[in-house]
Amino acid sequence: MEFTTRGLLTLLHGMGFGALYLLAFSGAIVELRRRYGNRGQASVGPDDEKFLKIYLVTMAVLAWLTVLTGTYLIYPWYRAVPPVGVANLAGFPQRLLQSNPATSAWHSIGMEWKEHVGWLTPIAATMAAAVSIKYGRDLRSHPQLRSAVLCFTVVAFLAAGIAGFFGAMLDKHAPVEGGAVIRLSQGEPR
Amino acid sequence: MNPGGPVIPRPQATLPNGPGAAAVLSAGIGSFALSILAIVADKLPAIKSLLAFYKPTGPLSGVTTVAVLVWLAVWLILDRRWRARTVALGLVSAAALALLVLSLLLTFPPLADLL
Repeated sequence: MEFTTRGLLTLLHGMGFGALYLLAFSGAIVELRRRYGNRGQASVGPDDEKFLKIYLVTMAVLAWLTVLTGTYLIYPWYRAVPPVGVANLAGFPQRLLQSNPATSAWHSIGMEWKEHVGWLTPIAATMAAAVSIKYGRDLRSHPQLRSAVLCFTVVAFLAAGIAGFFGAMLDKHAPVEGGAVIRLSQGEPR
Repeated sequence: MNPGGPVIPRPQATLPNGPGAAAVLSAGIGSFALSILAIVADKLPAIKSLLAFYKPTGPLSGVTTVAVLVWLAVWLILDRRWRARTVALGLVSAAALALLVLSLLLTFPPLADLL
């Protein structure tokens, strides 16, 4: 059982930061709805308030970590150009996808959409965290602002979901691999 | 005695909605800037190479960096202007959300290719 360093960092980008953001989203929606829903009469103490702020800031940090690792760490490996004469495209995912008509759309639609749409998430998540910090419990008195934050949070989730889906499918068809091998365990010889 | 339970008075807003509106609208504008920059970089080779701030990542580095700078600059400007004001938040939110949804659609390559 072994990993390559590139595979491990891709896992950290997608399953670490990205998936954790997507998981955190449901908690944020439930909490925002519980507090600020139309019939929301939940008592909100200072500790609850502090928790929500930390939760939303953590979500924003996760969103930033996801796009920054994706853009500056994984993407250069994905789009690497093979030297002339290289026939095995296994280490060049973009070229590998483009070399086959059955997989080329995973790049031309999947990656082309993912690389941009994913960036909408940290912008929206940062806005939600900033508004929560600024207004705190006072957000209850601003229903339109609350609705705007909720709508942005939902669209940010949708954008993250699109990026996550295509990330998983791209990694299935042309995984980013390479670098040093990290061996976790040695199998029994057959 | 209220049979429906105790009446909890709605708290009065102590902060104007201006700073919140600035945050919401700037997020919409920043997102829209990202989608427009992505389209322009895709259509114009000169802009594409200009936006390749970090060669290994290519134009994506410039598209996202410029969009983030636009977002933060607009946020700063609007926040200064609206800090102590109450603005028409319904209109601002609708515009911001429309920009965000448009950004989501415009980053979809088959739609962007139609432009």
